[in-house]
Amino acid sequence: MNLTLRIWRQPGPEDKGRMVTYQVDDVSPDMSFLEMLDVLNERLTLSGEEPVAFDHDCREGICGMCGLMINGDAHGPQRGTTACQLHMRQFSDGETIDIEPWRARAFPVIKDLVVNRGAFDKIIAAGGYITAPTGSAPDAHATPVAKADADAAFESAACIGCGACVAACPNGSGMLFTAAKLTQLSLLPQGQPERYTRVIGMVDAHDEAGFGGCTNAGECTVVCPKGIPLNTIGRLNRDYLTATAKGGGTPGS
Amino acid sequence: MAVTGILLMLFLIAHMLGNLKIFTGETAFDHYGHWLRDVGTPLLPSTWFLWIQRIALLVAVLGHIAAATVLALRARAARPVRYAHRKPVRGSYAARTMRWGGVIILLFVIYHILDLTTGHLNPQGDSSNPYGNVVADFAPERWYVTLFYTLAIVALGFHLRHGAFSAFRSLGQQTPRGERRARAAALVFAVALCAGYLAVPFAVLTGLVA
Repeated sequence: MNLTLRIWRQPGPEDKGRMVTYQVDDVSPDMSFLEMLDVLNERLTLSGEEPVAFDHDCREGICGMCGLMINGDAHGPQRGTTACQLHMRQFSDGETIDIEPWRARAFPVIKDLVVNRGAFDKIIAAGGYITAPTGSAPDAHATPVAKADADAAFESAACIGCGACVAACPNGSGMLFTAAKLTQLSLLPQGQPERYTRVIGMVDAHDEAGFGGCTNAGECTVVCPKGIPLNTIGRLNRDYLTATAKGGGTPGS
Repeated sequence: MAVTGILLMLFLIAHMLGNLKIFTGETAFDHYGHWLRDVGTPLLPSTWFLWIQRIALLVAVLGHIAAATVLALRARAARPVRYAHRKPVRGSYAARTMRWGGVIILLFVIYHILDLTTGHLNPQGDSSNPYGNVVADFAPERWYVTLFYTLAIVALGFHLRHGAFSAFRSLGQQTPRGERRARAAALVFAVALCAGYLAVPFAVLTGLVA
């Protein structure tokens, strides 16, 4: 396959970026999207040019490091797939592919396609944990959990924090991430003691980081590589309403 | 958004049921129109209850617009650099058009008040004869009024389809099965309200109400 790539190039956080066109030839349809970028980077390095910076780690779709806006789709055209697990067979020969970084004020570009997702860490630090020491993994049946709750919590816990929800959201909101990290705890017995301070803390941290507000447009769940359902945000809303009615408390206390 | 939206939805239901009284005849409809001014009497002086309702609605509308403006400004601030290549929102057409749809509905409401409440833009404009005003308004030769009215109601339908679901969600609807029910209920509500509102002008247009 021969492809034309239009890639966002930006030397540093303060620099002005632009779309640069590259030609990549002899791409195998069995390559992953990132391997295709590796091919381009090898060529750029050999010719003495600066390779394209992009985030990646496990390349197995489970770490959440990779994240590219491919032709306007977060993680590309295939549903439930991270960019590293996307194969070039999803594209056709001669196609032009636009590759951009996640666009959000809370995710400033570091270089080229790499963004700083530290805002997600701030949301987690504001309550996405339990303070009780849990020790090593307990016996599976030591604390009874209703099957439906366990399933829903597990569904939320599948979130890898890649940021595709923010990238796709027309409002630049990080509510699906926040809701996933919240409900994986609020549905389980271990998460109950801090349930209502957690939701206030995490939503406040989300808003302070400069994310937009949720309008239930549903774009996030369409692009989420882990299929976090939209109703997760409803669970967050209900906890938030209960917490504000109760008068909350200090997050993390 | 959700609380003010629900207040406005309750008004829309009451207003639609009132409109449908046009099918009960001129005397009954005019009587209903005059009764609206006297609701609450003798507990309250005449038209007081009407004004209380109008103020409550105005507060709801302003609150709704204020909340929407805050959300729109936050959305704009949250993405300072735009995508060079962006697909349109796939969630639903209704979700995508909430903001512009809201502006269109606001413009329509202003026109609608000047037309059928104050009578300034109505060809008859006789406040003692609301039935006649409606019939004159949607007369076949004023087809453009009916067209604009229809477009505004369809915009309202889309707005309600996403708005009603979104209100359920904002107020804590949280299960996947509940989501399917909430979406279905919002769709049925939007279609029913559209049908109820469009029945009147098309009845006038086709001569069913004259």
